[in-house]
Amino acid sequence: MELLIGQMFAGLSLGSVLLLAALGLSLTFGQMGVINMAHGEFMMAGAYTAFVVQQTISDAGVSLLVSIPAGFLVGGVLGLVLEAVLLRRMYHRPLDTLLVTFGVALILQQAARDIFGAPSVDVRAPGWLQGNIELLGAPIPLTRLFILGLSLLCLAGLVLLLKATPLGRRIRAVVLNRDLAETSGVSTRRSDQLTFFIGSGLAGIAGVAVTLIGSTSPYLGTNYIVDAFLVVVAGGIGQIKGAVIAAFALGVLQSVFEYSTTASIGKVLILIVIVMFLQLRPQGIFSLKTRSLA
Amino acid sequence: MTTPTLLPDGEPRAGGLRHGRPKYLEVRDLSVSFDGFLAVDKVNLDVIQGDLRFLIGPNGAGKTTVIDAITGLVPATGSVNHTGTEILGRKVHQIARLGVGRTFQTASVFEDLSVLQNLDIAAGSGRGPLQMLRRRKAVEPAVEEALEIIGLEGAADKKAGILAHGQKQWLEIGMLLVQNSDLLLLDEPIAGMSQDERAETGALLHRIAASRITLVIEHDMDFVREFATSVSVLAAGKVLSEGSVAQVQADPRVQEVYLGTSKTGGH
Repeated sequence: MELLIGQMFAGLSLGSVLLLAALGLSLTFGQMGVINMAHGEFMMAGAYTAFVVQQTISDAGVSLLVSIPAGFLVGGVLGLVLEAVLLRRMYHRPLDTLLVTFGVALILQQAARDIFGAPSVDVRAPGWLQGNIELLGAPIPLTRLFILGLSLLCLAGLVLLLKATPLGRRIRAVVLNRDLAETSGVSTRRSDQLTFFIGSGLAGIAGVAVTLIGSTSPYLGTNYIVDAFLVVVAGGIGQIKGAVIAAFALGVLQSVFEYSTTASIGKVLILIVIVMFLQLRPQGIFSLKTRSLA
Repeated sequence: MTTPTLLPDGEPRAGGLRHGRPKYLEVRDLSVSFDGFLAVDKVNLDVIQGDLRFLIGPNGAGKTTVIDAITGLVPATGSVNHTGTEILGRKVHQIARLGVGRTFQTASVFEDLSVLQNLDIAAGSGRGPLQMLRRRKAVEPAVEEALEIIGLEGAADKKAGILAHGQKQWLEIGMLLVQNSDLLLLDEPIAGMSQDERAETGALLHRIAASRITLVIEHDMDFVREFATSVSVLAAGKVLSEGSVAQVQADPRVQEVYLGTSKTGGH
């Protein structure tokens, strides 16, 4: 029983990290269709932001709380710059985008190596996040619980923004029909910038979160980028609820597979499951239902 | 203060309003080329507020491209003057905010948003970012009126994607009304509609056109005969003929492009 709960929670926790990494992508890739290979490096930038903030503010608790908005800003600004300088020139050329953002990812990795050095650094978790709580006899690390809460909070914030505010409706309108949005008087440039800012900012927050469960290296992003894309594709492009289900399902499956086999076999099994699922349902878990003729 | 109604009384007529200073659309030497192919070739058009102008012509004549050029969706040369303001060369959303509204050939609405949200976006395109974060409870009077005009009061909270084809086309028109456009460019607003829906749409176009500058692309000649107050014929990217329906139909050049009679002897 304890084992089961422990494994379930490990899965949920993994899922929440995946969700945080994928939420931003569900905006930039899912909604806007931009393949941003540097998304993982925006996470890495968020993680180093947490490191830098902790160098300045020695209290680990305060620095964590400052790091979250700071990570959002750093990720968001990086995203804005990338969008303004490179991506807006190639919205209709997805392959070029893929190559260019991959290049940007490499540049960011090298920049992090130059600034912070190749060896990984550690961000101290605050005292109130150290230790475990017991859930039905299974020990649950508080840091993982915090990440789960943080990712649910980000999810709620994003859903609220998209569904309940006129701004979010405008973002969705631009995604649904760009020409119609423009001829209705909506500035798609502004909307694109804003969407990219928020999506990249979420990557920054994800980066701050993963400093709590591991050390930070210039290559941190590469561990997450593929999984994050898998989550968005399996969930259904542009469907946030699909991404949520896919993230947690992948997290739980991965932790079960890894427990019953080894880490690499677990990874292989996960990929097989996803490939089979996408064979049966190429559109992902959810897809947009309409009676459109076009 | 009373809110101005979206549909003031009145009838459209050829030549448009005869009193005051009517608004107008003046297109001069409008040309669009796609990789060297001249899709629109030095088109001149004048439409006055209060005239219900139809733009007709065979397939591939460049009708939709003319509208695309006026709304800024395709780059063009020449001049498009909307009541004293040159709009060619501006950005699409800026042109829209200058009062130019259009519909698309394939009924285009925001499929995943509700009917009300569709109208809301059209009504609020000029709102600033801070205002946009606030949740607004009340429905604007103009949006409410538009819902009534297009007969979708009962479907306000339905997703636009599940509406029937005809209802989507009406929603498009409703969006133009709340967008406060005074220059309307409608691309085949009755395509795929039943006879009843056509008649209703025609009557609605009449009411709309009485106080606006209206240009409608249409293929159905019965519909054109019934509702147009004036007609421009486009063929191979050029304006071939202009006038009342009867005048245009009597024009031998028009008969030639439509029926291929005078020279080729038909087919």
